[in-house]
Amino acid sequence: MSALEPTKLDRPRIARDRSAADAKAAKSVTAKLRRAEFGDRLRSLMLAAPLLVLLALSFGIPIVLLLSRAVYDPTIADALPQTSQALRGWNGTGLPDDAAFLALAADLRDNQAKGTAYELAKSLNARLPGARSQVLKTVRQLEGAADKPPLEVMKGVPFWSAPGTWPAIESGTHSVTSFYLLSALDLRWNADGSIGKVPPEQAIFLQVFLRTFFVAAAVTLATLILGFPLAYLIASVPKGLAAILIVAVLLPFWTSILVRTAAWTVLLQKFGLVNDLLLWLDVADDRLDLMYSRIGLIIAMTHIQLPFTLLPIYSVMRTIPPSQMKAAYSLGAKPFTAFRRVYLPQVFPGVMAGSMLTFILCLGYYITPALIGGASDQLISNFIANYVNVELNWEMAAALSFILLVFTLALFGIFARILGLDRLKLV
Amino acid sequence: MTVQSAALTGGSARPAAGACASSQGFVEFVDVEKSYDGRTFAVTRLNLGVARGEFLTLLGPSGSGKTTTLNMLAGFERPTSGVITLEGRSVDRLPPYERNIGMVFQNYALFPHMSVEENVAFPLSVRNITKADIASRVARALDMVRLRQFGDRRPAQLSGGQQQRVALARALVFEPSLVLMDEPLGALDKKLREHMQIEIKQLHMMLGVTIVYVTHDQSEALTMSDRVAVFNNGGIAQLGSPDDLYNTPQTSFVASFIGENNTLEGTVDRISGKECRVALDGGGSVTALAIGVTKGMGCHVAIRPERLKLAPASKGANGLAATVDGRIYLGDHQRLLARLESGQVLTVKVGPETTMGNGEPVTVSFAPSDCRAFPADAGTGGFISKTGEQNK
Repeated sequence: MSALEPTKLDRPRIARDRSAADAKAAKSVTAKLRRAEFGDRLRSLMLAAPLLVLLALSFGIPIVLLLSRAVYDPTIADALPQTSQALRGWNGTGLPDDAAFLALAADLRDNQAKGTAYELAKSLNARLPGARSQVLKTVRQLEGAADKPPLEVMKGVPFWSAPGTWPAIESGTHSVTSFYLLSALDLRWNADGSIGKVPPEQAIFLQVFLRTFFVAAAVTLATLILGFPLAYLIASVPKGLAAILIVAVLLPFWTSILVRTAAWTVLLQKFGLVNDLLLWLDVADDRLDLMYSRIGLIIAMTHIQLPFTLLPIYSVMRTIPPSQMKAAYSLGAKPFTAFRRVYLPQVFPGVMAGSMLTFILCLGYYITPALIGGASDQLISNFIANYVNVELNWEMAAALSFILLVFTLALFGIFARILGLDRLKLV
Repeated sequence: MTVQSAALTGGSARPAAGACASSQGFVEFVDVEKSYDGRTFAVTRLNLGVARGEFLTLLGPSGSGKTTTLNMLAGFERPTSGVITLEGRSVDRLPPYERNIGMVFQNYALFPHMSVEENVAFPLSVRNITKADIASRVARALDMVRLRQFGDRRPAQLSGGQQQRVALARALVFEPSLVLMDEPLGALDKKLREHMQIEIKQLHMMLGVTIVYVTHDQSEALTMSDRVAVFNNGGIAQLGSPDDLYNTPQTSFVASFIGENNTLEGTVDRISGKECRVALDGGGSVTALAIGVTKGMGCHVAIRPERLKLAPASKGANGLAATVDGRIYLGDHQRLLARLESGQVLTVKVGPETTMGNGEPVTVSFAPSDCRAFPADAGTGGFISKTGEQNK
């Protein structure tokens, strides 16, 4: 046995071998563990699979498809194949050569023959205000004067020789375009290839975005001012009473948003209950314009959003034991100091979660501003809806949605950065 | 108090902190009553004095009023009637944050969003103390509970015992003359609890601070306290040193709540001096010390297991015939269950070497001075409070 025993010199090597063996063993244990857990993970993934498929089909794919319209618009390129070809060598300044005019005439005829002239006119009009009537007029002339050379017809319509017409057509022949995204930010490509602001009379979207953010911030602040004390009350009363109060908060939550908005139109109108009450209390001298106004909009949205702000705050408050404040008092902190240094920091994640929820939901409000807000209180969703339903300009709708989504995600990122995502207590 | 100052302020003694010690209690409850609903009282007719530097424990079952008493002293509850004084001044109108009383809670109540150091610094930072001073005092307080190296951890990263030591440091760092502890060890396991008992006791001796300690654990109360106030039904059933309470309980409630006791029921036959003769309900009779009983009264006779002997009764002692009914082995001793002829089972503490089989006939004997007869209906009443009594 003694011969087999390691000498002193051997020891470090043996130790090294042993630690290497240990490491190998540890690795194989980790591998085994991973293998064992893989089956569990797969099983839980399978359980979630129906939901994931549903989400992908009904949510993920449509969003990607729709948003892609903001940057991918082949309508004009498809409708004007010959013009696209002819413009390939054009340098973008002045008028293109006659071949381009002839190609456009031929494309317009083809479209008329295929019955797609109107669609083309509408698409061009989105980029080139006034193009619709000019396209239709030109098509009619090309039809009516079959003996006249097409070039003459084209030159005869001053619109086709106006500055700005051909650059717009040229940009339309590229399927991938930044036109809509820039428009959504009130920007455009200048003739010299730089990005600049659109003329003031066309600039609307930045203002709408700002208004949307302002209304969302105002509603968030209002729900916070109303919701925080209420959440504190609910968290501090006995359980039975708390349940009743929670139901009272949630009751409007269970009513359709349309019904609640309609109820507010009844309350807020000029000869509505709120105005009656204000007059009766002698608070107001005259009936106020609450309906179709910013203030009415904020009141109604605050009412609808209150539970969203309140519930996350309440759920965090409920977890703070009363001994926290008692301890702060016993250690010599006056009530306000105790609140500021002990209570508020602990409730903060709930406050942030509630505010964020309300703020982001407010960015997408549609029905309430449509019914209660005035003409100058329409939020970005109303414009998106208008482009989808009325103007049928889905590209613009997609671009606005995309910008809204980017803003929202950026805000979420900032929130998460300030707070740490793991500390966000949404429920 | 100077010891405390030395430990926490690094030698600079506070001006005349011990000067106001007087014969009057440091803390006094005078006829204090507390009712939450206007009909029933959580605390009734409470008269209690706490001496400066004393470790006083409020012991009692849940709902006996001990925590309410502590909360009134801390300022979280206001007495319905009566006066509480602290160093001779009524604290009636003093909010908790002006009382300068340290408090340790059962769930520690550490602030989870602050580090250990920030927690301990909190009471100093609300008192307009300079940053450098705060840092050195926090360091000393953490040294005191041996947690200096954990200063920048969050409370959630510490074990229960460590958290409780942080809570202790936080309650002591601002040098309150009075520290209240509300079942501070209730959430710890048995071993750690015993360890912390010693640690708190050592801190008490080192700092000389007055401690009022609430617990429902009678062994904890006996281990740590100078005096114990046993609470029952909103009042003090008995106030005294641990051995007073153990050896000379004044009511049958105290006798059964503190330590283990065998209880025999019977009727008082005759009284002679300090002793009385009790006819047991199950047959036979014993002689016991009469504690507030009168002739013809139903009574409870209480005897400690260690006072019972398995031997024929000598002259003047009580003797009851029984049979062995079981044996509980506990290592250093055993508990023998002796069934009397009436069917009642007495617990007898015997040495570890005793080997008696079940069914073996024995005689259980005990001296009259070792058993106490209490009125049978006085288990809840009969508050005997020795207000202002100084600890021995």
